Amino acid sequence: MTTTHDAPINVAQTAEGSQELSSRDVIAAGERLRELGAVLRISESDALEAELKAVPEDETMIINMGPQHPSTHGVLRLMLELQGETVIRCKPIIGYLHTGMERTGEDLTYLQGPTNVTRMDYAAPLFTELAFSLTVEKLLDIEVPERAIWIRMLMTEMNRISSHLLFMATNGMDLGAVSMMLYGWREREEALRFLQEVTGLRMNHNYIRPGGVAADLPDGWRDGVLRLLDILPDRLAQYDTLLNQQPIWRERLQGVGSITAGECLALGVTGPILRSTGYDWDLRRDMPYMAFDQVDFDVVVGSYGDCFDRYAVRLAEIHESLKIVRQCLEKMPKGDYRIQDKKVTPPPRARINESMEALIHHFKIFTEGFKVPEGEAYVAIESPRGELGCYIASDGSSKPYRMHVRAPSFVNLQTLPHLMHGSLVADAVAIISSVDPILGEVDR
Amino acid sequence: MADDDAVSGEADTLLEIASETMYDMLLVHSSGQLVLHVERTSYVALLATLHADGYHMIVDLCGVDYLEHFDRVLPDGVVAERFEVVVNLINHRERARLRLRIQIPESDASLPTAFNLYAGTEAMEREAYDMFGIGFEGHPDLTRILMPEDWVGHPLRKDYDLGRIPVQFKGAPANRS
Amino acid sequence: MSSETRATGGFLESGLEGLQHNFFTGTLEELVKWARAHSVMPATFGLACCAIEMMAAGGPHYDMARYGMEVFRASPRQADLMIVAGRVSQKMAPVLRQIYDQMMEPKWVISMGVCASSGGMFNNYAIVQGVDQIVPVDVYVPGCPPSPETLMHAFLALHQQIRDGHLTRRPGEGAGIVLEQLGANGSVPVTLSRS
Repeated sequence: MTTTHDAPINVAQTAEGSQELSSRDVIAAGERLRELGAVLRISESDALEAELKAVPEDETMIINMGPQHPSTHGVLRLMLELQGETVIRCKPIIGYLHTGMERTGEDLTYLQGPTNVTRMDYAAPLFTELAFSLTVEKLLDIEVPERAIWIRMLMTEMNRISSHLLFMATNGMDLGAVSMMLYGWREREEALRFLQEVTGLRMNHNYIRPGGVAADLPDGWRDGVLRLLDILPDRLAQYDTLLNQQPIWRERLQGVGSITAGECLALGVTGPILRSTGYDWDLRRDMPYMAFDQVDFDVVVGSYGDCFDRYAVRLAEIHESLKIVRQCLEKMPKGDYRIQDKKVTPPPRARINESMEALIHHFKIFTEGFKVPEGEAYVAIESPRGELGCYIASDGSSKPYRMHVRAPSFVNLQTLPHLMHGSLVADAVAIISSVDPILGEVDR
Repeated sequence: MADDDAVSGEADTLLEIASETMYDMLLVHSSGQLVLHVERTSYVALLATLHADGYHMIVDLCGVDYLEHFDRVLPDGVVAERFEVVVNLINHRERARLRLRIQIPESDASLPTAFNLYAGTEAMEREAYDMFGIGFEGHPDLTRILMPEDWVGHPLRKDYDLGRIPVQFKGAPANRS
Repeated sequence: MSSETRATGGFLESGLEGLQHNFFTGTLEELVKWARAHSVMPATFGLACCAIEMMAAGGPHYDMARYGMEVFRASPRQADLMIVAGRVSQKMAPVLRQIYDQMMEPKWVISMGVCASSGGMFNNYAIVQGVDQIVPVDVYVPGCPPSPETLMHAFLALHQQIRDGHLTRRPGEGAGIVLEQLGANGSVPVTLSRS
């Protein structure tokens, strides 16, 4: 290895060829159409015309932002074409965190699957585990017990709270409100403390598994939930005062990065971004799964589809999740925390000492895995970023034949060129932050 | 058709090979979900019909390589090919989902793009191209999206090695099988 | 590589190693190492899940600021420490090397998490099996992800190593070990050096 004094800056190795933003004289009309026309539904000839009226080449500059950058929320690389401070074109380049998780998933049994998929959306890991488990349960055609359903709901709503607090923290920091960063992390620690009490880990829990959950709620879990329900509403009111009422915050976010509902639907965008445009769609209420039809909560909708609305929708969603958590606390049924089908879930530890059959089942489940009948299924849930779906094609063996996760951030990132067109560079940071991508699930 | 299943009788309830059709395409109920088997030639026209019928969003588009499971259960009249493209659509008004499965032969691995109707498939089709090598005709920018630009091969194909480095761990096998 | 036990040329040419130590310069060296250890500035290099725990370590509960480390420098030119927090993919590897090259000496690398240390649970085509294939690592932190307390332990270990002066030696320098190799013509001294 050469010393660092001699090593050249290896631009050649970091260049990504045609994945990068090319200058306007070399791209084809089709790609120009992609940037402008797709959502505006203009034709190729109109796009070419727009091209001719556009800014001359020598007045613009193509710069690179990322993949290592304090504000790109992970390893997102953006190439921007700027005219002065105004962004004319933008192209996101992803893949810097590609982990081959879908390929790895084909090599792991269904019981090991959640350990893999949980690391995709690492801010809200329980959701990907839930999507995976629900898909496997659909293929197996089994029903998990009531208590397991309610435990899953409680845990995922807690995770939604912690994910939205992460958004508030990073959104604040990106805009310069560094104290919001510290407040967000302070609140998040409370939520993580509860998650650690129940699952044993602060992140990447591997708790929601096909058949139910890994372990029952510990004694005294109600106190943990009540503590959070006591602390959070006050703190959220403080954020309201700190941020919502602040002129600088409003100036920086209102009117910045607007998108309409039609554009969102064309681009496949779901979640808070879609709801901020005024489109009222939430999978928990409109296509309910688990027991969401038995809890009472509102779906928060914005009006202008700008950054401020996206922030406000997520802040309000924390309140709604607190409502759901309180109802889970009150309505938690007694029962099993996982299905008692011994082909799918391992037997309780005490039985292994007594019964040879239980020992063999445990052995089989943890080494070879349980077999899932041949078929394919797609199940989607509402994660903090949008519709998170899992498509599994099974060939009858104990490992998925094909496992694909429909990651909301992957699709939501397609809005970036459209949102940034015509905005300033400083707004670019606000826009990325308001889209709230998690690169782990973008790249998988 | 049900007798062809080598799996137990439970599979029959999941994969009812019905002789129903929807939009003149073979409709199957798979795990309680609606799946249409679509010919490549009728794909674009079907997408236009679905868009007009209220399926305003393509939620997901992915590829599957059936090289090692070629004898999968398919309805009569559908010729199994190596690749499949699976498209999931959603209709918000009806609160309905629909899945399309299009068979793609290995010799001519391409499919017309859905980009013109559903702009959100731009990144999804690039991923299917990157991972499987399935080309999408008419896509404005069909380049790799997840792998580096100079990568050779398509990683999610079944004949592409996982690339696992052998780890010395007391005789543990390379693959748990 | 060089087998000299001591760099020659004095302070101006070889830095601290070139000092002919007396009581004054010994104390000066200790002062410099103390200053370096207590004002380490990490570069922002959060890649994946470990980045969340790294940010949590900077948050109020775990508080890296008590060690003088809460200022994350975005520019690698101003940073001392690169905490590789997360899995390094094939596409990211040249970028990582480029950022490392842009950092000024003295610099240190903490490989946070099992993915950065050895590839972690992802032993496949996409992930570099250990960031030490690309940059020299000073402290490896196990965990998936390591909790902020584990990361703090790594910081304290790093501070200890800085104060001990081990880290101002780079590969290629250091004591040469002289052995005697018995050959046909009697014993021949052979010098092994750290390379």
